[in-house]
Amino acid sequence: MRALTRDLSRRSIVLLAALLAVLLALPLVANDYQITVLVLILYLAYVGQAWNIMMGFAGLLSLGHALYVGLAAYLSGLLFKDYGISPWLGLLAAIPLSASAGAMISFLAFRFRVTGVYFAILTIAFAEFARIGFDHLAIVNGSGGLFLPVAQNPRSDLWLLRGPPTMFYYVILAATVVAALLSRALLGSRIGYFWLAIREDEQAARATGIDTFRYKTAAVVISAGVTAFAGVFYAFYYNNLFPEQVFNISRSIELIIGPIIGGLGTLFGPVVGAFLLTGLSELLTGTLAALGFDLPGARQVLYGSCLLLVILVLPGGVWPFLARRLRLDGGRR
Amino acid sequence: MTLLSIKGVSKRFRGLTAVDRVDLDVASGEIWGVIGPNGAGKTTLFNMIAGQLSPDAGSIELAGRSIHGLSPDVICRLGIGRTFQLVRPFRGLSVEDNVIVGSLLRHAKVGDARERAHELLRRVDLYAKRGQIAASLTLPDRKRLEVARALATGPKLLLLDEVMAGLRPTEADRMVAALRELNRDTGMTIVLIEHVMRAVMALANQILVLHHGAAIARGRPETVVRLPAVIESYLGTDALA
Repeated sequence: MRALTRDLSRRSIVLLAALLAVLLALPLVANDYQITVLVLILYLAYVGQAWNIMMGFAGLLSLGHALYVGLAAYLSGLLFKDYGISPWLGLLAAIPLSASAGAMISFLAFRFRVTGVYFAILTIAFAEFARIGFDHLAIVNGSGGLFLPVAQNPRSDLWLLRGPPTMFYYVILAATVVAALLSRALLGSRIGYFWLAIREDEQAARATGIDTFRYKTAAVVISAGVTAFAGVFYAFYYNNLFPEQVFNISRSIELIIGPIIGGLGTLFGPVVGAFLLTGLSELLTGTLAALGFDLPGARQVLYGSCLLLVILVLPGGVWPFLARRLRLDGGRR
Repeated sequence: MTLLSIKGVSKRFRGLTAVDRVDLDVASGEIWGVIGPNGAGKTTLFNMIAGQLSPDAGSIELAGRSIHGLSPDVICRLGIGRTFQLVRPFRGLSVEDNVIVGSLLRHAKVGDARERAHELLRRVDLYAKRGQIAASLTLPDRKRLEVARALATGPKLLLLDEVMAGLRPTEADRMVAALRELNRDTGMTIVLIEHVMRAVMALANQILVLHHGAAIARGRPETVVRLPAVIESYLGTDALA
């Protein structure tokens, strides 16, 4: 416990504990719709954190994280549908699968010195290969979609992840907390320092003795492996998987806006960003619906406006600004 | 014992021969100054030793082992630390974290690496500014930070590329004192490129003079600076008249 709270001020600990208590208590007062929104927020906070390990810590832009989500979703979904295997066991297979996909992309990219924008394009390419490939893959029913059996059972079965939205809420909340702790541990460790050095100046990092190939690969593999859980969650929460949706590039884009708005490379940025963005967009859709408007694309316009606003006014993201205002530590990182 | 042995090293950029068949033997514990006018090939020579550039000809050995063509990170791990003439700190990180990155090369635990970093920051007079973001430092402070980060990697051989440039005379004197102390206490071998002759004369036991890529003189500082060829390369033939 002491290791977890190391370097944290009393003020930060109290606020974090209060926030966690509120999140734990929310299902007591929230209705089904609000729970659904909260699940979506926490889901995006979770994948945002996973993506942030690559981009925020090591400076590697991935625009293809839908690949790691999708591979894990399909593998765990298939194992459950055909063999009744628990998603937790499925996760044990999904993590190595997503991580190896990451390792393969890293090897190709870093071996041939593909960097910057070209690296980002490579990540898109692989997600697109997967989308098209899965569309024609008979074992997952191609473009017809993979459907997980849904039991008409209101009871929560945590082992098989069958149950009401509230159960999924607590599962994704726990995962988000674990991801935050993991990110914090990584950032404070040897590998975290090396990632930041690579992000800041790769040439100088090499001159400081850092094997950049090795640590960049590690960033991709760890990020992909952490993302795998999001895929498993996605499969069991939505119960249907279509290559067109799961591997779609808009999925990859959607999950990176939160961390950018919240604050790249910060521990809390992805979480803050997810709450802000999804909260605002649900508020907007709700208000528009109440007023009798149906504006397709309103959400995308909102995302775009938020992105512009943050880049113009708070280029470091909302969280560092917020942390300074609340006099909390950790805003810089 | 010879720590660094360079034999017949050359580097060409298209038609220009930047370094032309240079030999240099640096014994363990020595401090060498490399001087010469702008464009003489000093930094190119450093880049070949530290692995940023691969020589076109010749051999480079560290403690009897060839390091020719190895990558910069491998060479750093073998024991050569360097600073860049155009400083390259990790801009977004604090001063302390910059140095921790370096000392993590020799320390597995972050806590140990931090302790070592503090020690080095004190040596280069940056301890008080350890919490600042590197991007906010003045140029002289960035030069100090580069030295501290290079030292943190635990080098047997330290390559310093114009670290005195831009320092006030008193600051340069402190840097000279800190480097001399390190050399005396740890036996660290140093090769420095420097234009500030006051610092070179105060630090170096040996001087190598490069001109148009070739080594035109070498020896004890007080002898070398009196050689007509050296004066001519720096100041032109008129100065001799």
